[in-house]
Amino acid sequence: MDGLVRSFRRRRGVEVRAVDGISLRVDAGEAVGYIGPNGAGKSTTIKMLTGILVPTAGRVRVCGLDPVRRRRELARRIGVVFGQRSQLWWDLPLRDSFELLRVIHGVSTVDFAVRCEEYVELLDMAPFLDTPVRQLSLGQRMRGEVTAALLHAPRLLVLDEPTIGLDLVSKERLRGFLAALNASGRVTLLLTTHDLPDVERLCRRLVVVDSGRVLIDGPLDQLRRRFGVRRELVVELESPAPALHGLPGVESVTVQADGLRQHLVFSTEHTTAAALIASVVRRVAVRDLAVPEPAIEDVVRQLYAR
Amino acid sequence: MAEGALGDRRRPGWRHRRTNWRDRRTTWRQRRASWAGRATAYRRLVGAAARSQLAYPLSFALQCGGQAVGQATDLVAILVLFGHVRAIGGFDMREVLVIYGIAGVSFGLADMIVGQLDSLPGYIRMGRLDALLLRPLGALGQLCASEITLRRLGRSSTALVVLAYALSTEDIRWTLARASLVVLAPLAGTVILCSIWVAACSVSFWVIEGRELASTVTYGSSMFTAYPLGIFSSWLRRLMGFAVPGAFVAYFPTLALLGKPDPLGLPRWLQWSSPPVAALSVLVAGVVWRSALRHYRGTGS
Repeated sequence: MDGLVRSFRRRRGVEVRAVDGISLRVDAGEAVGYIGPNGAGKSTTIKMLTGILVPTAGRVRVCGLDPVRRRRELARRIGVVFGQRSQLWWDLPLRDSFELLRVIHGVSTVDFAVRCEEYVELLDMAPFLDTPVRQLSLGQRMRGEVTAALLHAPRLLVLDEPTIGLDLVSKERLRGFLAALNASGRVTLLLTTHDLPDVERLCRRLVVVDSGRVLIDGPLDQLRRRFGVRRELVVELESPAPALHGLPGVESVTVQADGLRQHLVFSTEHTTAAALIASVVRRVAVRDLAVPEPAIEDVVRQLYAR
Repeated sequence: MAEGALGDRRRPGWRHRRTNWRDRRTTWRQRRASWAGRATAYRRLVGAAARSQLAYPLSFALQCGGQAVGQATDLVAILVLFGHVRAIGGFDMREVLVIYGIAGVSFGLADMIVGQLDSLPGYIRMGRLDALLLRPLGALGQLCASEITLRRLGRSSTALVVLAYALSTEDIRWTLARASLVVLAPLAGTVILCSIWVAACSVSFWVIEGRELASTVTYGSSMFTAYPLGIFSSWLRRLMGFAVPGAFVAYFPTLALLGKPDPLGLPRWLQWSSPPVAALSVLVAGVVWRSALRHYRGTGS
């Protein structure tokens, strides 16, 4: 069996089933976005995959191992990053944390030196390698966390909301790094997030869960094509104008401020933001416009509605 | 449907167990390498903890001194007591000081190694325990190694000085057995107290604020073990001396060292049984800890 992750699990709480019969198989080299609203069971799933939680029922195999029974062996083969908690040593410089993890995972000094050098360069960590972790900014720390999870060259990297709280630049840097890592074929990615661009940038496959069940599981493009995502264009006009009806692909128009600001809801099935902007500009003089990023919750809600 | 699912579940489980066994036929050399690797890892964790505690040497020295003084206040209590009476529980002052010394060294060392388990509820709440479970080492070992509190050495050193003094003034017929017991007793005592501590703190997995309850047993033991068994009421003796094996930390080894018949008339073999009791308590504590951890991983609180 070369399936990297294969799982079928059912977990029964006293009253709540945090994860209720989720089945999925992730093959080596994939990049899977595991998304859903808060309380959908994402973290619970991850805890079961990493051997922290015992499934109430069902079967889990990660890298061919039973996560709970062979937790230590599994720990050598997977890396885990929790966006909201640290696995670094608070009082020690980043460099020392890495060195400790090297010993804990039994990585040879040669391998360690090579990997460390690579990640330090890719993630531009050299300037703060000797700073105690508690003094690092969140963005710097996250880069450290990701490196810490990769030092033992895991085949699977699980990331639980890795970009939470990061600024745009830090997010983009991290995404770029993870995308390159996955593209190199060395590491399978499983990622939970509330950030849609994370998924768009990193994942070819999307698994949407809600209330502990898989809602949708499929390639990102196909999902987009099949369901199309409704998005919104907000335009502010130079002078008040009547509602901009009749533009191609626009499903509804809301007018604010006597026609100075208009919200155009369009479907990505029928048009693109760029095409729509072009046709708006042809009709009226636009002072400002914005295309808000749809939140993951909105996408999920839209999927629900169908 | 339900039966089918059950059948499906059972078969892979069985197959898995066999694979598991086959994998475990590792050579002796591999196993030794992995043991050595783990020992190094724990040593480095302790080293890291030591480095951050010794980062400010003066502050560390003061803390050590504080611990030593703290231990000495118990000593003062004993001296004051003997200003009024000649013997307690059938023991004169120097004999009590031997008990106090062994108990103090043991408690100081145990407190150094496992004392920070008191902060386990915090670990659980902050999810730091999860981070430990993601590493290829045991959770308890990592907790103890990275939370070792070196300043407790101050406590042990006071007790050690008192023990050395008391033994030197006492008229002891030194045999090989007694000489080894002098070394073994504080170590066995440490092991017993560590086990008590681990078992008591496991309560935190069920009750997040189980700290008070655990402290009753852990810090209670520190007081209980430092005095002759005879001064306590019989139910307390049974509870803290034998159910929680506090009597084996210092009381029985002291009797053996001094060659003194037990004032309570308990059998002589008990006096030499601290090391096996220590081994047994490790087993019990291990089982309690494991089931506690399993409970945690079952509920995911």
